[in-house]
Amino acid sequence: MRLFNIILGVAVVGVLGFLGIKEIIADPVYFLELFLGGLTRGSIYALIALGYTMVYGIIQLINFAHGEIYMIGAMTALIVASVLGLWGWNSAVIVILAFVFAIVYSCAYGFTVEKIAYKPLRTAPRLSALISAIGMSLFLQNYVMLAQTSEYMPFESLIPDFEFWEPFSHIITSVEMTIIVTTIIVMILLGILIKFTKIGKAMRATAQDKIMASLVGINVNRVISTTFVVGSATAAIGGVLIACHVGQINFMIGFMAGLKAFIAAVLGGIGSIPGAVLGSLVLGISESLFTGYFWSEYEDVFAFTILVIILIFRPSGILGRDTTSKV
Amino acid sequence: MLKLKDVHTYYGNIHALKGISLEVIEGEVISLIGANGAGKSTTLMTTCGIVPAKKGSIEFKGQDITHMPSDEIVKLGICQVPEGRRIFPYLTVAENLDMGAFLRNDTDEIKKDMDYVYSLFPILAERRNQAGGTLSGGEQQMLAISRALMARPKVLLLDEPSLGLAPIIVKQIFRIIKKINEDQSTTIFIVEQNANLALKAAHRGYVMENGIITLTDTGANLMANEDVKKAYLGI
Repeated sequence: MRLFNIILGVAVVGVLGFLGIKEIIADPVYFLELFLGGLTRGSIYALIALGYTMVYGIIQLINFAHGEIYMIGAMTALIVASVLGLWGWNSAVIVILAFVFAIVYSCAYGFTVEKIAYKPLRTAPRLSALISAIGMSLFLQNYVMLAQTSEYMPFESLIPDFEFWEPFSHIITSVEMTIIVTTIIVMILLGILIKFTKIGKAMRATAQDKIMASLVGINVNRVISTTFVVGSATAAIGGVLIACHVGQINFMIGFMAGLKAFIAAVLGGIGSIPGAVLGSLVLGISESLFTGYFWSEYEDVFAFTILVIILIFRPSGILGRDTTSKV
Repeated sequence: MLKLKDVHTYYGNIHALKGISLEVIEGEVISLIGANGAGKSTTLMTTCGIVPAKKGSIEFKGQDITHMPSDEIVKLGICQVPEGRRIFPYLTVAENLDMGAFLRNDTDEIKKDMDYVYSLFPILAERRNQAGGTLSGGEQQMLAISRALMARPKVLLLDEPSLGLAPIIVKQIFRIIKKINEDQSTTIFIVEQNANLALKAAHRGYVMENGIITLTDTGANLMANEDVKKAYLGI
């Protein structure tokens, strides 16, 4: 069975690779555009998927309301940018404030959602918390729809077309470039936080053994809250960036983006942070290539097909740890 | 120093501790012995606030800690080396020790204590950058004790330090437990199935059966007690 899987895998990759190389040689610029477009898309997925994977790592919950936190980030930025724009504030100040408010609001929502919807269910069966998460997701969507509008709202890009970037802008726009660079910076900062700071170590310790974590004096509830807040902050950054890129938002944008990021997290190995980043980039790039070379209308079908395939053949994901060894 | 008075603990419907009273006096080593399932580990978990008591009271230096959250209890200086060691498997040895010192901010003193535990267990210094999960059972036990020492505990609770280890390692570990008690005048509370070892090391001992304490005396007297000999020492 194992050998068969390997042969099948090699055959599929071989055929696709052969066809792919032919296409790439025929039009390398098109390929580059698709690749960079995919990288942009993957960066956004990564910013959201981090929240999924960190929360899963620490309390084994798929936080389905996470996509909504991302949507709230974008909404907040839209409101702040519109109001300050009306007041005629300097655009650089608007950008900074839009990001700050988006992050603060999303963090406040992420924190509150955990306290209201998940903390009371900490000892309940996992399914209860999952249902609570789905409920929270629907609640937040409808709440934003009622508070704002159900229509798509135009979102004026906060990121200007940098002049120095002009010569390359036919391959990758300055907004896309900004997304990729911002994501890289966020990833590096997050890596430092997790690897070297005290709270980062406490997060890892709590994810590995909650009882032992409290026996060394870690306040487990506080660590869990911190995890939600950090995940919400990166999702908010993703939300604002995607809104600048796409140019319009409504209350539903968190739904599909959340699902895609979830697929990316599973693909990389849920619970693993490098896995979430890798899974996101792989998903983003392959989605982009698929829509560019095959059928663009099957984009979502493609993503969910990947989810099904990964769940059948490698449920622990690319970098996931084998959980069967846990007793 | 640490006083349990008529403590009752339940796991769901199971009545695990049926009114335990015991006292740990500052500076001594005490042992709690008993068969599997007698409630020894539960006694420690209840003291640390992981499985809170339903009835009764636990006092530490005159302060009531019965319903305190476990991280607050650790802050007071009660540290546990739990059963099965519970090393953080994906953290390195050094990171595990850092976590032991989680509540402290005195970087220089932490450094000193880390050197001290490395001097107690030189093998840990050699493996400081290795993931905790890759250590052998004996090394993990040493790491678990070291991690607890990093918090500078006033009372050290040890749950089955001999479990699953080779006799020579067990001897080494008990020697170091004694050394910790003498060097740092740390009070030590050992829970053990290996009654012989535990009573030899202890100033005083308690015997536990089915959730109640049946006997208490000095370590030496307990070892001489006919019932204890028959039931726990296999003589």
